[in-house]
Amino acid sequence: MANKLSGLLKVALLVLVYAAVQFLEGRGILLPYHVQILSLCCINIILVVSLNLINGFTGQFSIGHAGFFAIGAYLSAYLTVKLQLPFIPAIICGGILAGLTGLAVGLPALRLRGDYLAIATLGFGEIIRVIILNTDAVGGARGFSGIPKYTTFGLAYLTAIITVVVIRNFVASDYGRACLAVREDEIAAESLGVNSTYFKVLAFALGAFFAGAAGALFSHYLQYMAPTPSQIGFVKSIDILIMLVLGGLGSITGSVVAAIVLTVIPEFLRGFAEYRMILYPILLMAVMIYRPSGLMAGRELTLKGLTELFKGAKTRAYHS
Amino acid sequence: MPTTAELMVNDLSVQFGGLKAVNEVSFSLEPQTLAGLIGPNGAGKTTIFNALTGLCPVTGGEISFNDNKLTNQPPHTIARCGIARTFQNIRLFNNLSVLDNLRIAYHKNRRYSLLCGLFRSPRFHREEAEITARAKEALDLVGLADKAEHLAGSLPYGEQRRVEIARALMLNPQLLLLDEPAAGMNPHETQTLLELIRQLRDNLKLTILLIEHDMKLVMNLCERIFVLDYGHLIATGDPRSIQSDRRVVEAYLGGSRP
Repeated sequence: MANKLSGLLKVALLVLVYAAVQFLEGRGILLPYHVQILSLCCINIILVVSLNLINGFTGQFSIGHAGFFAIGAYLSAYLTVKLQLPFIPAIICGGILAGLTGLAVGLPALRLRGDYLAIATLGFGEIIRVIILNTDAVGGARGFSGIPKYTTFGLAYLTAIITVVVIRNFVASDYGRACLAVREDEIAAESLGVNSTYFKVLAFALGAFFAGAAGALFSHYLQYMAPTPSQIGFVKSIDILIMLVLGGLGSITGSVVAAIVLTVIPEFLRGFAEYRMILYPILLMAVMIYRPSGLMAGRELTLKGLTELFKGAKTRAYHS
Repeated sequence: MPTTAELMVNDLSVQFGGLKAVNEVSFSLEPQTLAGLIGPNGAGKTTIFNALTGLCPVTGGEISFNDNKLTNQPPHTIARCGIARTFQNIRLFNNLSVLDNLRIAYHKNRRYSLLCGLFRSPRFHREEAEITARAKEALDLVGLADKAEHLAGSLPYGEQRRVEIARALMLNPQLLLLDEPAAGMNPHETQTLLELIRQLRDNLKLTILLIEHDMKLVMNLCERIFVLDYGHLIATGDPRSIQSDRRVVEAYLGGSRP
């Protein structure tokens, strides 16, 4: 009963946020520029939460997430522009191709550990970028332009919610527990009947699927894709990784908070123009020094936790 | 020829480069035996456990369990055949709760599909409730029911050992391998452990093979003892005959080597 109630409350909160954005936009309080940033927040949430599944929950250090993002972005754009496919099937196709690539790359790459895996996934990301750079059908080095603007805030918001719910459910199921076991101690996990290779590849492919979906949303948000390191290359991968580490490996709410904060902060810092790229790293360093395991440090922010915190504060106030 | 033995080890050898850690060892275990594997440090006891559970490659000989060949199978396959183990240097999932440590070990009995898990079908809820109930039962058995929500890594040493045993039990094993279960325990904890191990054999009908340096525990508990020295099996028998075996005394106290 309490579970059902808190579930309903969560749904109500999510709908309320969406309604508030729509209302404020209609009143002209939120400018299209603001709504754009909110959509970008949602896309980044999908990227960071899906990378968290691979790096945070399964403990496989991957820095090739932009590769999957690029596959989803370009395939979906190709499908909507050249084949006039509707957007939603294009998103799903982008996700599926990214997921299948994750499967194909994961099988050999996930035999590696730690630094070696990181370098292998970095290499994979660059291969994808170079392939795109040399494919004329998606614009090659000129970039892919003329992509229709299909991504709305509502769609990005809904996809982000689906991603968070699916990955949270995955982690709380036996499949997710097997991944956690692999992260904690692979030998012990194997001795308990967990096929570690299978679960590493499964997490990798599932994470890749959502990264592909995020890519599809992104290309139809920006309407132009350029095969540069900062858009689909290693700089992008590192950006996602920074958000993940800042939010805390192994915390979904941490990922969400960090994705929002690190998407919004650079926009605020626009006022400082040339100092922006100095302030941003200083901020990151400060967080890493004072909270080395990330904002949430592997914990989750829950309604129950919040109410307990609130009750705790009240009793403390009462006693003093 | 059908045998009554559950575990059969024939001429097992494990070689690391030029070192023969285990040299043509043969033994068998009948169902519901409580057996001990002893020997001086470096004799190859843990290597035998690792070979039995697939954690190190077998270079010669054969292992069969209930007439299934287990030689060089991956560890997760062997675990699914009904062999569970604990580790000398405890390998709990330190950053997870005690309950989650146990629930993970129910993995092979989970029947709901990935989609059921991702969308939380009624089947998922039903099975998860069952898994949690089983985990609590196992915790109760080792007397740690009140520690379910603690992080495994935060428990004292003796309790971590018991959690590891409970976790192994979640596999519903037929054969339980315990690698130095009493290491680092005080006499009182050792006594409790001894009773627990006996109880497991009697109530759950398990076959238990344990490595232990605490001779009092081994001689009190085990019905059958295998003695290992420099990778060779030098003696097999009941506690009384082992204690008076010349080769065993030599291996432990030193003396002329054959």
